[in-house]
Amino acid sequence: MELVAKETGGLLLVQVLERRIDAASAIQFKDRMRDLANRTAGNLLLDMSQVTFLDSSGLGAVVAVMKLLGPGRKLELAGLTPTVDKVFRLTRMDTVFVIHPQLPESLRDAS
Amino acid sequence: MPEILLVIASDPFAVRAALGQILDDPCMADLRSDLRARAEIVLAEVLNNVVEHAYADGPGEIILHLRCVQGGVICRIRDFGRAMPGLALPGGAAIGPDPVELPEGGFGWHLIRCLTEDLQYCRRDSRNELSFRLPETARAH
Repeated sequence: MELVAKETGGLLLVQVLERRIDAASAIQFKDRMRDLANRTAGNLLLDMSQVTFLDSSGLGAVVAVMKLLGPGRKLELAGLTPTVDKVFRLTRMDTVFVIHPQLPESLRDAS
Repeated sequence: MPEILLVIASDPFAVRAALGQILDDPCMADLRSDLRARAEIVLAEVLNNVVEHAYADGPGEIILHLRCVQGGVICRIRDFGRAMPGLALPGGAAIGPDPVELPEGGFGWHLIRCLTEDLQYCRRDSRNELSFRLPETARAH
């Protein structure tokens, strides 16, 4: 599970460099995200633009990361590809997370 | 009639490989991208359920049979693992106002129920058989 993290403007930008967050990789994703989240105190922005597929295990892992951040910190998402976007909409998770169509312009160079 | 028959091991990486193989098959390659996306979502959930529940106790085989027909894809998935609890499909977990509170596993069956038609389960001769159709056109949600 390759994740690249960069602190920028008080925000931890995490780019997922994997094609799939699925039953085979969800636990690894959650563990790696927990390590990254523990290194910083701010909010997280997850760049999902390289992820072409996410199943219910992957979705559960993203929700678990949000929960482990606690109420004081936020996990926002950016760049959902069509199938991933469909899974978020069908499970109404699009109402739970702030989802940016793409990375905010100010952060594009950072990734 | 174009069809796909696959036998795979009960393992999340075998599921991943099978999904790649199915989507690359000429039978599926010509389908609309939306139907391909729905097929990948549903088959991933169904197959991973078999791996995690039916074969929770150990290894086993999963048999997939897909037929591309007028109006969609007809799918039948068989395994020789544990039966579904109560010999019935899990209830259709309705997602309430706070989707985060959905019980673990609820997302998967919700996705399967949203995206399939004629979903049927039967247990016969120590074998589970799940069948459904992926419609050509998605239902509105």
